[in-house]
Amino acid sequence: MDQILISATAAARLLGGLWLPERASTISPAVDGVFNLVLGVCIVFFSIVVISMILLVVRYRNRPGAKPQESPSHNMRLEIIWSIIPLAVVLFVFWRSFTVFLEMYTVPSNAFEIQVTAKKWSWTFEYPNGHVDENLYVPVNTPVRLIMSSPDVIHSLWIPEFRVKMDIPPGRYTSTWFEATKVGDYMLLCTEYCGELHSDMLATVVVRPEAEFHEWLAKAANFMEEYKDNPAKAGEILYQKRGCAQCHGIDQPKPAGPSFKGIFGKTHELQGGGSVVVDENYIRESILEPQAKVRAGYPANMPTFKGLVTEEEIKAIIAFIKTLK
Amino acid sequence: MAAIPDSAPAARPAAADNYLTHARGLMSWIFTLDHKRIGVMFLALIWVAMALGVLFALILRAELADPGETIVSKNVYNRVFTLHGAVMIFLFIIPSIPSSLGNFVLPIMLGAKDVAFPRLNLASLHLYVFGMLFFLFTLFVGGLDTGWTFYTPYSTETNTWVIPAVLGAFILGFSSIFTGINFIATTHMMRPPGMSWFKMPLFVWSLYATAIIQVLATPVLAITLLLLAVERLVGVGIFDPDKGGDPVLFQHFFWFYSHPAVYIMILPAMGIISEVISVFSRKHIFGFKFIAFSSVAIALIGFLVWGHHMFTSGQSPLASTIFSLLTFFVAIPSGIKVFNWLATMYKGVVHLTTPMCFALLFLILFGIGGLTGLFLGAVAANVHVHDTAFVVAHFHYVMFGSAGIAFIGGIYYWWPKITGRMYNDLVGRICAVVVLIAFNMTYFPLFIMGVRGMPRRYHDYERLLEKNPEFFDLNVIASVGGFLLAGTLLVLAANLLFSLVRGRPAPANPWGAATMEWQCASPPPHDNFASPPPVTDPYDFGNLTYDETTGGYVSAP
Repeated sequence: MDQILISATAAARLLGGLWLPERASTISPAVDGVFNLVLGVCIVFFSIVVISMILLVVRYRNRPGAKPQESPSHNMRLEIIWSIIPLAVVLFVFWRSFTVFLEMYTVPSNAFEIQVTAKKWSWTFEYPNGHVDENLYVPVNTPVRLIMSSPDVIHSLWIPEFRVKMDIPPGRYTSTWFEATKVGDYMLLCTEYCGELHSDMLATVVVRPEAEFHEWLAKAANFMEEYKDNPAKAGEILYQKRGCAQCHGIDQPKPAGPSFKGIFGKTHELQGGGSVVVDENYIRESILEPQAKVRAGYPANMPTFKGLVTEEEIKAIIAFIKTLK
Repeated sequence: MAAIPDSAPAARPAAADNYLTHARGLMSWIFTLDHKRIGVMFLALIWVAMALGVLFALILRAELADPGETIVSKNVYNRVFTLHGAVMIFLFIIPSIPSSLGNFVLPIMLGAKDVAFPRLNLASLHLYVFGMLFFLFTLFVGGLDTGWTFYTPYSTETNTWVIPAVLGAFILGFSSIFTGINFIATTHMMRPPGMSWFKMPLFVWSLYATAIIQVLATPVLAITLLLLAVERLVGVGIFDPDKGGDPVLFQHFFWFYSHPAVYIMILPAMGIISEVISVFSRKHIFGFKFIAFSSVAIALIGFLVWGHHMFTSGQSPLASTIFSLLTFFVAIPSGIKVFNWLATMYKGVVHLTTPMCFALLFLILFGIGGLTGLFLGAVAANVHVHDTAFVVAHFHYVMFGSAGIAFIGGIYYWWPKITGRMYNDLVGRICAVVVLIAFNMTYFPLFIMGVRGMPRRYHDYERLLEKNPEFFDLNVIASVGGFLLAGTLLVLAANLLFSLVRGRPAPANPWGAATMEWQCASPPPHDNFASPPPVTDPYDFGNLTYDETTGGYVSAP
């Protein structure tokens, strides 16, 4: 008996492992409840259809001398039964889904707010103290609200373990929220097709205990201050955090943008003719108005960073590029 | 022309005179007004479109079989999945059943000589070819990378060939509208005396319901695509937030057509299943009126559920709630049809011919495709799987597993009538079994991957493998299944084409069906009928008996 129980549990765990991902937010058990309810409905109705189909085909298969037997071709009572029962079932599913949906969309008033910018093809997360990061750090057991916008095309934020997803169209804010329940690292993906590097537009959700999170946040916010005497180091951090690294390689060239390695001081051909010397002014212009002078051989797809980086930060990035010989 | 007396022998009086031999020369085909020739040409072109779509699909599956960049770059992959979607939707599955089989069969089912507007019908074919040329042009100059949904602002900003593709879809839309107008007029005006609405075959009912959607929904797509082209050309700003426009508005416009378009694809398929299950169970269809009205119900409710494609778009929660509720309502008429089809087999004699095997295959795959729609209709569950491989799996079960499979079943059902040849039935039945296995191998893993964290339109899943190492095996299974499936489709096509050379001549009524198209010769004469046959119950097989000499069924006197 114990054996059976153990193997049944193992089988259930295995099946569970093949199905929904880990639950790591307050909402995920309720969402999974709806999911499993629908799964149950599907299995029951699919079994009814396929088993009765097989039984009917086997029972009434064409055998020598077989003749169709008399039976009515209409039965109001049957029609009503197989209309009303599925209707009741789907209305019940709708109701359960609706109540969970309300919960999903009701943001707790004390939520910690993080601004999210999704652009081709990176994420940036801006915290209330001004720190900007390429990964999403959140405290555990605290409701977090994401206020999201996009400067270019539509993106969509998905964290499978939290069961949240929300599109981010340009020209408006959308928002979503979650409360992580487990410390750990999770993957954050873009699910709205957004072009060449759509499948590389990933970030990590780093869930940490509250105290540890706040300590990290305070420290992370003043790296510009910390590396005041080493702007190249600050520039390297910005290169990672602001998503430059998605398109601009250093050692490995990437198709979406020119590599930064050894470009300072070089002369580059421009799209549509002409050329430009890569100096401080050109780098600054390329960050603030990327389409002004596009290097030949690369797509004109870089979004502007105007208003997203400070002059101090631009100086740091220039200092960093200068070191890449 | 001499009148043929009623007592003329049953053998074909002039074997040479059928619609295929009625006139000769290329021009007699290209400018024909005969609905049968137009249907056959549509069938041939749709096969070409399908082959193209399958080819694109195989490139995608080959790329995904192994993580990392394998056979095509990211940019090529994005163009290939866009063209796969656009070709399969606009060139293959929307016109598939109505324009080919519908065109061929509908007038004969009504005992008519042709559709109501034969010239409009020919225009529909010419527009289809014209639209196809736009797509081929797009393909040869480098394609487009927007996805078949053309979402703004991506589609207004990309430097790929959006405008020719969008104009192609615009033109194909008119082809679809013309077919719809023709079917509505033909069904209303050309039924023979005595054929009331409830003596009309269910395939005609389903084409009629489809035609309503084609005529009412397609103009919205036309306007939307035209706006997109104008937006790209002169930047009017209707979808551009910088100019006060709204990119999400495009999604509303687009799905206002494209959701009903799902029913343009599935309703005619359901019509075929109603015919095939009844004929091969030798039983009157069960619940005729419920099946007929459920087609109309699906067509009407189908107009009110487009918002379920936008549950995560930022639309208001109230709108999402209402769209969710309406989506659940649309499940009911589909369920009613399935139960009625099952009841039709009760106490019948089930002949497992190729068309019937595909009809049973339809029941299984539509069961999975339809029921998984419940996950997507439930907002709370939808949010998690929205825009993932789960959705890809769901709509492939509905569009290919249901509409596509019914199309194959329908071709096998009417092939003897269209060509006058019998094919090898055993090959067809074996293929049906292989399709069952290969199809589920290809698409079922996508359900699991979607739930576990695989977004759709992903070129590469290498970085997901750390968390989900099973994605590798699942993608390999899907790719192997995909190639097996494509191979089986090739065998199915070869089997039919081979019958043209070696098949034995088909009798007028090889299956013992009671609808009118089986009362004229196979292939039908140019005018279908010398005089319209008497109207009888299309599902009463009582007085049809098998005749050994012709290998078909004849009416017992």
